[in-house]
Amino acid sequence: MAVIRTKDLKKTYNSSMVPVHALNGIDLTIEKGEFTALVGPSGSGKTTLLNLIGGLDQPTSGKVWVEETEITQLKGNDLIDFRLKSIGFVFQAYNLIPVLTAQENIEFIMLLQKRPKKERQQRALELLNAVGLKDRAHNRPGQLSGGQQQRVAVARALAAKPKFVLADEPTANLDSTSTANLLDLMAELNQQEKVTFIFSTHDQRVIDRARRVVWLEDGRILSDETKM
Amino acid sequence: MLFLIAWRNIWRSKLRSLVIMFAIALGLWGGLFVIALSQGMVNQRMDALIETSISHLQIHHPQFADNQQVKWVIPKGQALIDSLRRLPEVRAAAGRTVVMGMVSSAAAGSGVQIDGIIPAAERQVSKIYEKITEGAYFDESVKRNPILIGKKLATKLKVNVRSKIILTLQDRHGNITAGAFRVVGIFETISSRFDEHQVYVRAEDLNHLLDTENAIHEIALILHDVEAVDPVATTLRTQLPALKVETWKETAPELDYINEIMNQTSSIFMLIILVALAFGIINTMLMAILERVRELGMLMAVGMNKFRLFSMILLETLFLAATGGIVGTLVSMGTVWLVARTGIDLSVFAEGLRDFGYDTVIYPVLAPEFYLEVGLMVFITAILSALYPAWKALKLHPAEAIRTI
Ligand SMILES: Nc1ncnc2c1ncn2[C@@H]1O[C@H](COP(=O)(O)OP(=O)(O)OP(=O)(O)O)[C@@H](O)[C@H]1O
Ligand SMILES: [Mg+2]
Repeated sequence: MAVIRTKDLKKTYNSSMVPVHALNGIDLTIEKGEFTALVGPSGSGKTTLLNLIGGLDQPTSGKVWVEETEITQLKGNDLIDFRLKSIGFVFQAYNLIPVLTAQENIEFIMLLQKRPKKERQQRALELLNAVGLKDRAHNRPGQLSGGQQQRVAVARALAAKPKFVLADEPTANLDSTSTANLLDLMAELNQQEKVTFIFSTHDQRVIDRARRVVWLEDGRILSDETKM
Repeated sequence: MLFLIAWRNIWRSKLRSLVIMFAIALGLWGGLFVIALSQGMVNQRMDALIETSISHLQIHHPQFADNQQVKWVIPKGQALIDSLRRLPEVRAAAGRTVVMGMVSSAAAGSGVQIDGIIPAAERQVSKIYEKITEGAYFDESVKRNPILIGKKLATKLKVNVRSKIILTLQDRHGNITAGAFRVVGIFETISSRFDEHQVYVRAEDLNHLLDTENAIHEIALILHDVEAVDPVATTLRTQLPALKVETWKETAPELDYINEIMNQTSSIFMLIILVALAFGIINTMLMAILERVRELGMLMAVGMNKFRLFSMILLETLFLAATGGIVGTLVSMGTVWLVARTGIDLSVFAEGLRDFGYDTVIYPVLAPEFYLEVGLMVFITAILSALYPAWKALKLHPAEAIRTI
């Protein structure tokens, strides 16, 4: 069964003088275990689409389902709780709470889910281990490199055991080595833990690593290829 | 962990947080100290009045207050005094013969209240003996008609210790009589009005002039504990229905009134300080939120609900206010304690205080409840000041907040 389904998704921004049609009817289905890249020129609507799928914004029209839940119907704290339980987020930057250590940042999500302390600590350490940062558990984000911060962000996104992880240009601020490392990590988690990843990118090297590539332009899906 | 995050957040902008904490501490310190000073002033006046004239409780014939005539004595006064002294709450009781009259010297005359007292008994209820600045308190050197007068009266009459002055008054039969008295002591209290209009003679001398036999118009009571004044007054009123029993608040209603005004002034003063602090806090918190828009957006995106976000901002505000508040309160307590040991001499600025019955050396005091009250007010101010910034944060739209550069 599909993890995500969108139906005729449209988004128009009216904040400026001229309305901007950021999305013009997107029908997209993401299956469990996918490793999918959203690709397209700047302004093509990648962030807008990810925000709608992640329940961070409301579409002008159309619907989004996450498994059986029509999240475009959810509002306020219900929507926030849904994001907390079901969706992992990795942003381009400012992913972490600067006053908390790497471990505390990961535990924080589980704390919001009211998980017991023992479990929180154990899982945070497991995840840090998985992203290769066990020895940086007690460092604050400011003491970590950009690549390390993004790895902690991935670990944080997985802490809640989400149905899928959305990553909007997670490598945009990284050098090529860190980019490669982060993609290795995501691919490994995808293969071994069956974590579903949807990420947007401009970067050809990142596109090459994706198994499915969805091309957007002017808010429409231009092509949708799955590599075998 | 929300506590931890909030606490660490306030230290992200150290200088800004320290400035607002310092402002809160300073505001409280100034406010509390001024209030302590005025409270000290009022208390000293109250104590002085209680000690030198009105005592804790007074008993009179019910008609005595209307027209202080000689005939309105307390029936079986001496027996009543003896039984009052046996009450466990009562520390001391003394009777007074009270009459209005004229005092005159070669230079001038003046209307006065004449209290006929038994010096040894009066010592127990009034500290006027401590206020003697010249001469002595009814020593044995003057056998006939000694009199104590106040400093202001002495100046007005141009008399000194050992001078002779004439008291003129109406006796029991309504006849005008006069007697010559010799000044044995001059007292100076914190109230120059009192010093001008009050004189003391021995009860036996006054009774002799009035042609009365141990006439007691007034019984003054000092209790072991001021707080017991109201319950004791209530009991006495039921036991002595034919007499008028008054507490110090009733004898000198202006005292309570002044107290009330002081309290109100203090409250208004605190309110102004708190409003100023509130604006400071609002400003600081708004800045803290505006520079963290993306982070707050991220927190909402990953699942921090509105209640928790609100709590976090509230906690940050409370920590700011509490830190400043605690420091300010401690510094105030220290200052009040220190200054209370030596007193603060305002005579340079305010020699005129004495005319209003206030001491010029002030010992500030603040009741412990007041610190609590102020603590609570700062707490409430902090919560109220947090509301607007928190509301601003709650209005953030996660998708837009994250986009913000
Ligand atoms: N809040 C907004 N108000 C008005 N227009 C907006 C807003 N957000 C996005 N847009 C517009 O919507 C269109 C799609 O933007 P979006 O950010 O989704 O593109 P993108 O593919 O993520 O671009 P990039 O690769 O530069 O991140 C753009 O034309 C953008 O200017
Ligand atoms: Mg984008």
